[in-house]
Amino acid sequence: MENNYMKLEFLSKSNNESFSRVVVAAFAAQLDPTLEEISDIKTAISEAVTNSIIHGYEYGEGMITIESTIKGNEIEIIISDEGKGIGDLDEAMEPFYTSKPNLERSGMGFTVMETFMDTLTVESRESKGTVVKMTKKIKSLPDEER
Amino acid sequence: MNIVMEINKKTLIVKLKGELDHHNSETTRNKIDRYFVEKGLDNIILDLTEITFMDSSGIGLIMGRYKNTVSKKGKLIVVNNNSYIDRILKMSGILKIIELYPTLDDAITKL
Repeated sequence: MENNYMKLEFLSKSNNESFSRVVVAAFAAQLDPTLEEISDIKTAISEAVTNSIIHGYEYGEGMITIESTIKGNEIEIIISDEGKGIGDLDEAMEPFYTSKPNLERSGMGFTVMETFMDTLTVESRESKGTVVKMTKKIKSLPDEER
Repeated sequence: MNIVMEINKKTLIVKLKGELDHHNSETTRNKIDRYFVEKGLDNIILDLTEITFMDSSGIGLIMGRYKNTVSKKGKLIVVNNNSYIDRILKMSGILKIIELYPTLDDAITKL
């Protein structure tokens, strides 16, 4: 697979959650992923973008950027915002932890990203924003096993 | 998101169709809760068979409805036979407290 790159910028509106995960899934499609791999990527994107909307911008207006690079059979996805940032990253990444229990959030966002992708790194600075970087290797399966 | 609700004795049967993410989970849970309270029901069956996408917002929605049924000493049952939805349900650990059946008929007989 030839290397490739794309960048997407959009407003922190919840109706862009679906739009952004579909765009990245379409970009990832050139690696010929299985339906399960596509679902994994879409879910991980959805978690990161939702975090930016709810926590980064706290439902206010801001820009969310997704950059994605294809290198060989691996896709790298970087989701960044310029929101309020995460104060205690270790706490935020613990399963079931949520800073907004009244919103009925499950606290599973980062756990989902970690489980469905191969690698996850999160960098955050208070009042500067958050950058989530994830990678996933797409296994090339022969057509008959798809 | 398309929501179809019907009542079977003291049980609210909710059939969800489409994508369950943060964007549409709030309206979905408000609709379910309003019906559940107005009709004085005890149990909920959440049918996810026709859900095409679900992230952790869906887990939050299930956990919240579970709490509502527990407070009425009722039951929440999830119906699903889609392997992708199954993965996220298993990963979240909620299947330790919530019953899951592959068909709506199974779920109704188990109440």
